Amino acid sequence: MDLNYTQEQQQFRATVRGWLEAHVPSAPLPSFDTEEGFAAHRQWEAKLASQGYSAVTWPKDLGGLGADLIEWLIFEEEYWRAGAPGRVNQNGIFLLAPTLMEYGTAEQKARFLPRMATSEDTWAQGWSEPGAGSDMAAIRSTARREGDEFVINGQKIWSTRAVYADWLFGLFRSESGSSRHHGLSFILMPLDLPGITVRPIRQLNGLPGFAEIFFDNVRVPANNLLGGEGEGWRIAMATAGFERGLMLRSPARFQKTAADLVALYQANRERCDADPAIRDAVMKCWMDAEAYTLATYATASRLAKGAKIGAEASTNKIFWSELDVKMHETAMSILGARAELMPHAPRAEGIAQWLDGFLFSLAGPIYAGTNEIQRNIIAERMLGMPRA
Amino acid sequence: MNFSFDDQQVQFRDAVRSFLVVQAAPEVLREHWETTDSGRSPEMRQKITEQGLTALSVPEAYGGLQQGDLDWVLLLQEVGYHGIPDSLSDAAYVGVGIVAALEDEAFKSEWLGRMCEGKARLAISHPLNPLVHDAQIADLILLWHNDEVHAATPDQVGLELNPSIDASRRLYKLDWTPSDATRVCDAASGKAIWAQAVNRAAVAVGAQMVGLAQRMLDLGVDYSAQRKQFGKPIGSFQAIKHQMADIAVKIEFARPVLHRAAYALQHGDATLEAKVSHARLACAEAALLAARNAMQAHGAMGYTWEADLQMFMKRAWALESFWGDRLFHKQRVAQALFAADAQIGPGTTF
Repeated sequence: MDLNYTQEQQQFRATVRGWLEAHVPSAPLPSFDTEEGFAAHRQWEAKLASQGYSAVTWPKDLGGLGADLIEWLIFEEEYWRAGAPGRVNQNGIFLLAPTLMEYGTAEQKARFLPRMATSEDTWAQGWSEPGAGSDMAAIRSTARREGDEFVINGQKIWSTRAVYADWLFGLFRSESGSSRHHGLSFILMPLDLPGITVRPIRQLNGLPGFAEIFFDNVRVPANNLLGGEGEGWRIAMATAGFERGLMLRSPARFQKTAADLVALYQANRERCDADPAIRDAVMKCWMDAEAYTLATYATASRLAKGAKIGAEASTNKIFWSELDVKMHETAMSILGARAELMPHAPRAEGIAQWLDGFLFSLAGPIYAGTNEIQRNIIAERMLGMPRA
Repeated sequence: MNFSFDDQQVQFRDAVRSFLVVQAAPEVLREHWETTDSGRSPEMRQKITEQGLTALSVPEAYGGLQQGDLDWVLLLQEVGYHGIPDSLSDAAYVGVGIVAALEDEAFKSEWLGRMCEGKARLAISHPLNPLVHDAQIADLILLWHNDEVHAATPDQVGLELNPSIDASRRLYKLDWTPSDATRVCDAASGKAIWAQAVNRAAVAVGAQMVGLAQRMLDLGVDYSAQRKQFGKPIGSFQAIKHQMADIAVKIEFARPVLHRAAYALQHGDATLEAKVSHARLACAEAALLAARNAMQAHGAMGYTWEADLQMFMKRAWALESFWGDRLFHKQRVAQALFAADAQIGPGTTF
């Protein structure tokens, strides 16, 4: 065990910090759930990509830096420290890309990954359907093979970023008459194909952060199939593993929120200390953000020695999502009567991030597999408890 | 940057685990605790000595293995898991650490040598613990007095037994008078020795708490796989599964904090106290939740003397306030976190 950064790691941190200090926009970009904001974030991604910073862990020839997981953690720490913009293409870069690297053909990797790194292509997910939420194996949307094409029919829902994204990856039933997790295929398609209708869904904050997507005889070239036909479930589970696992939510994000929460507490100390529960909650949040960081470094160290990430990844998802809710609930309680103010309210100056963050945090225990599903996974696969 | 243990450390831990699986079965421990006055077994202590545990911290110059806090933090999770009384860590880890830091060579040689041979039990009296564990059968009691270190034998002090809910613990209220004859270290040197001892003891308690949490989780999982209601194992019900999963989450996020605290102890750290206390709080939280949820999974069986769960549950309750209660550890974290010059936020963890 050696908890010191190497010379190279320190140098990497300094380089990243220097670049971010020079390039992070001084004013926050508009929300990426607006057309204008989406475009601004896409431009920012391109700027990041020019340094290999949009996907530091990818190989250099695909647009990354070939960084290891410790370097990725360092990058993320600097990124959040600098207050840099949210990542508009994270569905692609952090979720689809690891799957593409593992299951994609050389042609697919070359076709999709470099354009993903620069966000020339941005990506949305197509998992859930009206009848297939936590029970994802209940997927009914179909992909019927016709020669060199799949013909897609059906409906997806809760598709994050789909309103402005260029491409979709998702699961479709390719074997007619198949049930549950059999006969599914993992298919990639541009969202502007004829027959696709994207209908925005307004989220709690009023913006169209996700959408439902209708497919009416949409013809997709067969070379957009990822992995084998009927192999979709296994491949999707790998994607879900990455999502829960490491890369979706780097600890730095929560450390930043925890540090902001401590600052908020300090700035309102007189009022806060009248209620010892607030001080207690602030401390707990900071400790848990540290714990999540330490656990991630431990996992990264283990993976560097050749270990694989397993069902314990589900503990991550529960831990960070509940921490995020707790941090924002605590902030709301410190803000008191100002907590309800919309970000653009004149009296919300300096606190706008908290309401936004509070709303977003509430999605955490639901997306990427609800925390109830994660607890089932932990119980059955990590603890070996009997299936229902 | 490598936040993982060396193969050698893991192998030693595994060897101790295999030893305890065989030697420290619950029925064996119960017999010691419930049928003897001391609650201890000389045969067991001899076997623990043969495993090298009593010599682990002793410097090589005194015949020991000279291993550090990182080795201990792994082993003590096993000690906790198997319910070995926590007086072992007070003697072999914390106590040896105090003695090894003293200047009196003759005193060190004698007591470190005896520890290596398994011929000494050390007990520690410190104001964080109003009662002293295993004071009656100790060969030497190390005592705090205004940051001085004193040493006395049980016949030099008054002892009043106070039974604990944890049947393994033998707690005594001490009545003694400090004197030149009992003083082995002055306050100037003693202050740092006691500070390190408190941090070590807190990490030791934390490690045992994680071990206990894991044991109670395992017991809850096992019991709920056996016990059938409505024609199914109760472990197949989500209500039980989720309670067990919650324990697993607490353990997953307590362990790395504990390991970092042990690293900070071994290598020194500017905010050592906060790191140790954070670990202690996280580990206690895991153990107390494990006790609560595992008992619930056991139903009425969890309320019996018969089910082994009680042994581990009671230990967790007892350790919760041993070597610093929750308030003490929270205050140490608060002191660091809310300091004007506190370094927090992304990139400040290491």
